[in-house]
Amino acid sequence: MLRDITLGQYYQTESVIHRLDPRTKITATFFYIISLFLFNRVSVYALAFLFLGSVIALSRVPLSFIFRGMKSIVFLLLVTVVFNLFLTPGYPLISFWRFTITDQGLIIASFTATRLIFLIVGSSLLTLTTTPNNLTDGLERLLNPLKTFRVPVHEVAMMMSIALRFIPILLDETDKIMKAQLSRGADFEHGNLIKRAKNLIPILVPLFVSAFRRANDLALAMEARCYRGGDGRTKMKPLRYQSRDRIAYGILVLYIAGIILAGRFSPI
Amino acid sequence: MSWCGSFALWRGGEYKDNRDGQMGIIINHLSYVYGANTSYEIRALDDISLKIEDGEFIGLIGHTGSGKSTLAQHLNGLLKATEGELFFNGENIYEKGFDMRALRFKVGLVFQYPEHQLFEETVFKDVCFGPKNKGLGKKETDLTAFDALQKVHLPEKYYFSSPFELSGGQKRCVAIAGVLAMKPEVLVLDEPTAGLDPQGRKEILTLIRELNHAGTTVILISHSMEDVADFVGRIVVMNHGRVLMDGTPGEVFRRSEELEEVGLSAPRVTRVMKKLKEQGFPLREDVTTTEEAAREILKVRQLFGGV
Repeated sequence: MLRDITLGQYYQTESVIHRLDPRTKITATFFYIISLFLFNRVSVYALAFLFLGSVIALSRVPLSFIFRGMKSIVFLLLVTVVFNLFLTPGYPLISFWRFTITDQGLIIASFTATRLIFLIVGSSLLTLTTTPNNLTDGLERLLNPLKTFRVPVHEVAMMMSIALRFIPILLDETDKIMKAQLSRGADFEHGNLIKRAKNLIPILVPLFVSAFRRANDLALAMEARCYRGGDGRTKMKPLRYQSRDRIAYGILVLYIAGIILAGRFSPI
Repeated sequence: MSWCGSFALWRGGEYKDNRDGQMGIIINHLSYVYGANTSYEIRALDDISLKIEDGEFIGLIGHTGSGKSTLAQHLNGLLKATEGELFFNGENIYEKGFDMRALRFKVGLVFQYPEHQLFEETVFKDVCFGPKNKGLGKKETDLTAFDALQKVHLPEKYYFSSPFELSGGQKRCVAIAGVLAMKPEVLVLDEPTAGLDPQGRKEILTLIRELNHAGTTVILISHSMEDVADFVGRIVVMNHGRVLMDGTPGEVFRRSEELEEVGLSAPRVTRVMKKLKEQGFPLREDVTTTEEAAREILKVRQLFGGV
């Protein structure tokens, strides 16, 4: 029942996007997200759509897999659209009872929805094509300059990779504990909100206990193998830029330039 | 009740003739598929048919991934079969309007590492969780919980301490008591001895045998032949989601070559006896317990004139 969550999941396949250096992908995602917020123009969104579409095609991740992750944000999307649609002042197009839809509302609502969808698909594409290990490796290297300001970059990256690694384990554990308590007659479906929240205690307590136990075991195992933080630590597979990364950066620069040109000079 | 019986008759199914008043569990052509219609599709159970009588003590064995735990979760309705039917005391549990929660009080399922499900401040409160969910009053709840804790032989000084302060074996006893407190008719235990020391193992197995003697139907899931051989009356061997063998320990362990093919092995005693027989001693091959083996060997020794 908890297996439907695909947020942050990795999709195993062989593609150019998968083989790119994680640093390239993180940087590209970062600038892609910024590009979505720069201008409110149809031409800009068309360009962003083209870019995203080609990356999806290159990544060979099936569309159905990408959109399965979208289910979790449908509610958020709906709320945003409804609020924008009804609460934006402007020239009224349709009005019924107390609601009016204005031309501005329609435009802003559709822009926001498009932007949100592009945002989620774009960032989920990063996790779909990059293994958690590679992702944190890339982040660590990208944030490395912050070390001069005493930011514990390695520690943060290590925590992130451990957290990502533990998501499926804890989901599994939750499933098991839930079934065990169901077997003892627990009821998670009936009663009012307070009662239902109370009914979660038999799941949450064992879950926390087991999370702490696992954390303890992991810390012990890491110390037994002489882990002592990032100083002087070398990598088995150090990240190295390839020619395909240079090409990708080139395309990214072209894309950003295109966005700025379209935003400044296109009529719509 | 007669119209009930005739109602059941025209509803098809293999066991339709004597379903009226039929007790126990009947599994009829049950299949279960994990992740149906995706690329991860796995057929965990494949056309299982079994009949479990009241009061039986069954050992369900199989290699990791053979589907034994999946089957266990069908017995109290946690998983719903993709195909097939499951009858509990003559009632189809997949029929509309069947009370799954009531079934869970009748079929107690003890998961692997059940001590991981403890959550209350005291041992006693935790054991009360099941009967309380059943809707019993305070007094009755306390009584059944006390009774269950007595059954698992936990020393009384621990009843009001935190379950997290107990040893591993004691925690497991408390968790099992938590299921026993619901007074189930059928008790399913998934690897109840995993990760325990020999002493704890023996205690748990003795406890399970006592429960069976008191009338509870017990299904013991295990991959340790030694655990199973000494206690159960019937063994069901599973492999790749199918029932491979079903019979008494003697019958099953005689087929040790087949068992080895699916990654299992007969108990050490049985293997020793087989080797001895190959050496020319006139011994029986279907010996499954150490006591039995000792008796057999002594008999043969007398035959050879006490060498």
